[in-house]
Amino acid sequence: MAVYEHDVLIIGAGLAGMRAGLAAQAEGADVAIISKVHPLRSHSAAAQGGINAALGEDDSCDTHAFDTVKGSDYLGDQDAIEILTGEAPGDIVDLERMGVTFNRREDGRLAQRPFGGAGFPRTHFVADITGQVILHVVWEQVVKAGARVYEEWYAISLIVADGTCRGVVAMELRTGQLHAVLAKAVVMATGGLGQVYHPSTNGLICTGDGIALAYRAGATLMDMEFVQFHPTTLHNGILITEGARGEGAYLLNSEGERFMNRYAPERGELAARDVVSRSEQTEIDEGRGVNGFVLLDLRHLGRERILERLPQIYELALDIANVDATQEPIPVRPGMHYFMGGIKTDVDGRCWDEDGRWQGLRGLFAAGECACVSVHGANRLGGNSLLETVVFGRRAGRAAALHAAAASASPVAVEPALAGAKEQLQNLLDRPQGSEIMAGLRRELGVLMKTHVGLFRSGDGLSQAVGGLPELKRRYEKVAVGDKGKIFNTSLIAALELGILLDLAEAIATCALSRTESRGAHSRRDFPKRDDESWLKHTLVSFSADGPKLSHLPVTMTRWQPQERAY
Amino acid sequence: MEVKLKVKRFDPESPEVKGRYQEYSVDMPENATVLESLIQARDYEDESLALRCSCRSSICGSCAMRINGRARLACKTQVRNLTKEGGEEIVVEPPGNMPVIKDLVVDMSSFWDKVLAVKPWLQPSGPPPEREYLVPNEAMAALTEVMNCIMCGACVSDCTVLEVDPTFLGPAALAKAWRFVGDPRDAEDLPRLRELSEASGMWDCTRCNMCVQVCPKDVKPMDQILKLRAEATHAGITGNAGSRHTIAFTEIVEHSGRLDEFRLPILTHGKLNLVGQVSDLPVALRMLRSGKMPSPFHKPIGGVKHIKRIFRRFAGKKPSEGSH
Repeated sequence: MAVYEHDVLIIGAGLAGMRAGLAAQAEGADVAIISKVHPLRSHSAAAQGGINAALGEDDSCDTHAFDTVKGSDYLGDQDAIEILTGEAPGDIVDLERMGVTFNRREDGRLAQRPFGGAGFPRTHFVADITGQVILHVVWEQVVKAGARVYEEWYAISLIVADGTCRGVVAMELRTGQLHAVLAKAVVMATGGLGQVYHPSTNGLICTGDGIALAYRAGATLMDMEFVQFHPTTLHNGILITEGARGEGAYLLNSEGERFMNRYAPERGELAARDVVSRSEQTEIDEGRGVNGFVLLDLRHLGRERILERLPQIYELALDIANVDATQEPIPVRPGMHYFMGGIKTDVDGRCWDEDGRWQGLRGLFAAGECACVSVHGANRLGGNSLLETVVFGRRAGRAAALHAAAASASPVAVEPALAGAKEQLQNLLDRPQGSEIMAGLRRELGVLMKTHVGLFRSGDGLSQAVGGLPELKRRYEKVAVGDKGKIFNTSLIAALELGILLDLAEAIATCALSRTESRGAHSRRDFPKRDDESWLKHTLVSFSADGPKLSHLPVTMTRWQPQERAY
Repeated sequence: MEVKLKVKRFDPESPEVKGRYQEYSVDMPENATVLESLIQARDYEDESLALRCSCRSSICGSCAMRINGRARLACKTQVRNLTKEGGEEIVVEPPGNMPVIKDLVVDMSSFWDKVLAVKPWLQPSGPPPEREYLVPNEAMAALTEVMNCIMCGACVSDCTVLEVDPTFLGPAALAKAWRFVGDPRDAEDLPRLRELSEASGMWDCTRCNMCVQVCPKDVKPMDQILKLRAEATHAGITGNAGSRHTIAFTEIVEHSGRLDEFRLPILTHGKLNLVGQVSDLPVALRMLRSGKMPSPFHKPIGGVKHIKRIFRRFAGKKPSEGSH
């Protein structure tokens, strides 16, 4: 057991976390990053297609902003979106100078590829391994800068003193020991929570840990009902990049028809993701699918272009679906992919309420998928999530460093927090082995969420989910931890994660049931229309012992009034 | 489909499970991967089985392990392809050349230390340009092969040099080094190449090709090491045995059309390197005794002028430019 002290502590070492770390360090802060996996194992690596910025000659930040607003189905906060798109070119150039090997045009400048819902080709890319390369390059900068990284440490609880977030209690996986890491500012950057669903494109580590830590400690979550289903995923949830369609791939139904031309006459396959996913599911539901899938056809692109621009996709289709994409189309279907919602923050990552006061906890920041700024509103555009991690990771890191510099670091008694965490773990370890199997319960939760809080929703289904979750939570209390050891006990971590997934599922389902309209990724069969009069507002949810408490917040609009959304 | 797994266990807390193999039998769909089967075994048979995994799509690099005797990513390996290779049971062991923490989880700190030793960050010179660096797409595309590296450690696990010499930088770190030497934006090529030419560096690779065979992302680490060697030799960094060996090899073949095995070791040490020459004496004596000493009288082959013409044609070119 040890106590460490830093100025700024970042939880999560994906792109948002490491970008925040670099920015905080640039402000002179002593930075530590803690992550339950090695930084390069973070799920940012799985982003394939690219990162958006209006760097093309005819493109503009305004057009990028408008496309993002429209993509968000007018739920995104326009002040935040203007920051995102306005600062995008600078951040992309920064990444290039750090060493990202972006593909180029003839003249040696950065190349752009078309992406869904975008008026211009503005997605910068490294073949189809964009996230991997950016993650590795930002890590290179982190190790060059010498920031302290606590690798394979799992954050168990926040240390709170006088209403201020002062660090975390974390378990070192290798030894099973608990440590306290103290800081004057804490940045959550733990990524998404895709494992609430089954199947999901997200890695097995994407369990929303930081969102739950903040939520349980009093931070507000926003827009949790907006869950993106990616149009092209394989049978086991593995992602096939939107870049495939960006490069010109077709979506076909069982009749060989490019059906997207019916649903989105202008953009076709490159409409926004919510639109394409719903269209695919409609084709499948109406009997024009192929064994529950539609077909992603790359063949006309030619072998050479496929292998140059989409090598990972070629490999994944071969390894996982046994399909040679140069010879035959890939069976794909919509799959749970991304959370637009998260910990509510201002444009500098501060967990502030709408009046600029700390909500619940002082000194807590968030960035990346675990945060909700909100730039994605009800539906995120492809290529905007990597962008969000670097723009708002940087801003949050800087703000956290400035906050830490101004904060007085009164001494903190860490013993109660350490003792509390120790007891929490011991209680889990002491549970007697019953008939309840942890993985089985996690799977049941995932299937429940997919079935009732999925691509298409209804009041009945959502009520079933909201009604069924308390029962799953009760059963969770009976789940035993199969490994009683100290060293690398992944069973104990899985038990903690399952508790988190259940809490967050409850928030998601409750928010989804409350929103009686269809907007972006939230599509209600019983309320098929967007209802700006009643619902042009964010859903806020906070934790209470009696279940999630909801409230609302108006959308910030600067220049764009809601219009009918068609592609 | 029934999948039989035989997993090497190691639990430092329970001496009785140290190093024994445990068998699991799990029911899986036809297209299941080894990772999915291991997860099934862990989740429903034995929660104490430790392994690292996350993305399930060969991009996070967590699940490199030895499967049927060679390093692979468990998530990229389909069970049915293994059963095609023969054998009903799938033998799963932790990756090699790294100490085991528990079961399939190894301590990768030596791996990361070596990656850090090659200064794995871009080092451009002068003030940055106003916007991006202008570089040809081909230069960036040529790096994609090595950028594909996900740092899974499969190459290090099965590296035959690391098995006998833990100080070797190893295939992953050296491939990472090429990523910068090969990048037109990096200005530190010479210092990098000098450092990598020292002992335990690029010249310690024996070119066994194992890393190329096991790499799940087709990074071809050995090919990147060969690019480093060519670049170092071209830059005149030749004050080391590996480089002298290559140069002597080339010169002898250019001169006579075939190898002079008597002179090669002498030139590799450097003619004036008496310590080096003397160190070979015991080997020389043993060879003499067993009648394997190459003849000191070396004759050119017939038609050696054709060989010389080939050498003239490619004189001064790097291997990468050679075929054009």
